[in-house]
Amino acid sequence: MTPGDTSGAPGVVVVTGVGRWLGAHVAARLAADERIERVIGVDPAPPNPELTDLLSDVERIRLDLDSLGGLLHDLDVDTVVHLALVTAPDPQQGGRAGMKEQNVIGTMQLLAAAQRAPRLRKLVVRSSTAAYGVSFRDPAVFTEETEPREVPRGGFGRDILDIEGYVRGFRRRRPDVTATVLRFAPFIGYAADTTLTRYFSQPVVPTVFGRDPRLQFVHFDDALEVLHRSVAEEHPGTYNVAGPGVLSLSQAIRRAGRVAVPVLEPGLAGVAAIARSLGFGRYGLDQVDLFVHGRVVDTSRLEREYGFTPRSTAAAFDDFIRAHHGGVVVTRDQLATAEQLVLESIRQVRSTVRERS
Amino acid sequence: MSSPDERRDARYDVPLGVPDPGAEPARRNGHRRLTAPSARPAAAADPADEPDTSADEPGAAAEPGVPGPATPHQPARKSVAKKAVAKKAVAKKAVAKKAVAEQPAGSTPAGETQNPAGPAVADRPGDHWDRKVAQGLAFLRRRLAGDYEVDEFGFDPDLTDAVVHPLVRLLYRDWFRTEVSGIEHLPAEGAGLVVGNHSGTVALDALILSTALHDRHPARRYLRLLGADLVFRMPVVSEIARKTGGTVACSPDAERLLGNGELVGVFPEGFKGVGKLYADRYKLQRFGRGGFVSAALRTGTPIVPVAIVGGEEIYPMLADIKPLARLLKLPYFPVTPTFPWLGPLGMVPLPSKWLIEFCPPIPTAHLRDAADDPLVVFNLADQVRETIQQTLHKLLERRPDPFGP
Repeated sequence: MTPGDTSGAPGVVVVTGVGRWLGAHVAARLAADERIERVIGVDPAPPNPELTDLLSDVERIRLDLDSLGGLLHDLDVDTVVHLALVTAPDPQQGGRAGMKEQNVIGTMQLLAAAQRAPRLRKLVVRSSTAAYGVSFRDPAVFTEETEPREVPRGGFGRDILDIEGYVRGFRRRRPDVTATVLRFAPFIGYAADTTLTRYFSQPVVPTVFGRDPRLQFVHFDDALEVLHRSVAEEHPGTYNVAGPGVLSLSQAIRRAGRVAVPVLEPGLAGVAAIARSLGFGRYGLDQVDLFVHGRVVDTSRLEREYGFTPRSTAAAFDDFIRAHHGGVVVTRDQLATAEQLVLESIRQVRSTVRERS
Repeated sequence: MSSPDERRDARYDVPLGVPDPGAEPARRNGHRRLTAPSARPAAAADPADEPDTSADEPGAAAEPGVPGPATPHQPARKSVAKKAVAKKAVAKKAVAKKAVAEQPAGSTPAGETQNPAGPAVADRPGDHWDRKVAQGLAFLRRRLAGDYEVDEFGFDPDLTDAVVHPLVRLLYRDWFRTEVSGIEHLPAEGAGLVVGNHSGTVALDALILSTALHDRHPARRYLRLLGADLVFRMPVVSEIARKTGGTVACSPDAERLLGNGELVGVFPEGFKGVGKLYADRYKLQRFGRGGFVSAALRTGTPIVPVAIVGGEEIYPMLADIKPLARLLKLPYFPVTPTFPWLGPLGMVPLPSKWLIEFCPPIPTAHLRDAADDPLVVFNLADQVRETIQQTLHKLLERRPDPFGP
């Protein structure tokens, strides 16, 4: 902290994963904050073309995470925001092996570098509510203290558990650094493009037969707000970040005007794998588990400590629906018209019957 | 009736003349009207309509003072009919939807000007069936559009009120002729932990208890049940459990519900109670570790013991085929006089007479600090157990014949 600086806002911030959607938006947002002197975006790959405009105020360095140590030292970095996570295996970037390399090894390297950085004061790590794993004995609502009862089957969930384990180790070794772990619910919003938003954009949506999981989303803008506050303010600890309230999957599908197609659970993982290899969607065990068990978290700690309440899950989902009305099969107006039509014809028939009898 | 045949013919004629979508439900409708003393003038029919169907309902006389505008204690028959109509409507809905989609743009507004938007009650005030149909359709539209709320445990009051409770109501009032007493011992508001005895091979008692409580409680409170994790392993069943307000029996969930001021129902015997033999009927099984007591102590919630008589006779379990149960990964595999011999028919519960009595609440607020003291927890669990057991004996004396009136 520079002398006389009372806001707690950092001087030099490094953001990893700026080549991706979330990283780019966070970096741009931090760069726009006057309290922050310098924002450096790190990513081994060049950013997507559509994100380059966003990153005009951000110093970009193409760098692997294993050579980050020197950078942190030389530039007197005092805050690291680690967002370089891959949520689903991408065949173009090494599939599952590449995903694990990026998530687990990348985080290890980052934390190793951060541990040696003398001026580091703050570490913000993106995590996920997948950290709670899935089990039939799980409580309905996870608080930050809930321990996972079973290790998740999906790759992403396992990576998240590993990452949080490394952050715990880092906290022990560098107690002077404010470490914030943010467990995000799945992102949604008008612009977000994730496995889940692509799933809800299809006209016909596969679900698991006999299961109607409870889902929570966080609006992309609210996620940005929370990340921004984590950098600009002091919030040590682990926080669930999700929109309050719950949508059941069937309800979400209906609200989006899509049609659900229940699929039998046994063998579903195999079907998903085949579909994946044929290039239809990227659903893995992470998604199957989510659609069997659902996941709801308690966000009261976030609301208390950050003084900020993300918009509700239902509102966030509405925002998504407005942007993706293309593939709608059934609209509300159609339903209302059908209701009136049926009611009216019933009345007609009844009055005819009454007249005749 | 001079010529019922003629009338019937006439009824079957009608649908041919009108657009397909409405035809089926309407006939259904007409049929229902005619079974009731039929050709009453519509205007005169309305006030008389309600009592006439409910006259033969045993429960109906019990609560004339219920003010509820939606007549929550509605005669079961109506709900059935409504459901039937609703079900037909589901089938027809698809057709209707297509019809709407295919309709030329011009005709839709025409259809809309025809009906003075919705108020079925307005043009024929008090027309019971019209209201029912309108309600059913509105419910369907809400469901199809996703316009309902689900709480963080997955509880869906809309569905519970419209579908689950009417179905269980049929069972508990007409089939099991359930008598409920001691409802005044339940808190009018705020948290309460209802602890009952479990029985019946299939845990129908949980459903009956929650519907009976909802119907009889002056504040129409919902009972939030805690279920074994096996319930939540099974597809379909798990979702019914969640949507009707249930959740996994674990202390975080119990304490969260109690902390929210809900009425929570728990059966500490678990599968030991449900899966006991008929020979052991009305003998309370072990109460586990008393986790329910700890949850109540930690939240300072009063415990209301409840004794349920009648559940043991619905599927009298004569034997338990353990190897088969192990094979199917079930806690027990029942053999009853009818199951598995009669196949699906063996699933019909025997019509035993049910008595439910809520006992005076046991306050726990003064023991808040003792939630981790095993001695206090076990003593309290024993006290609850004794209360239920004694009340069971008392109720059994009141009911000499298990299948009596």
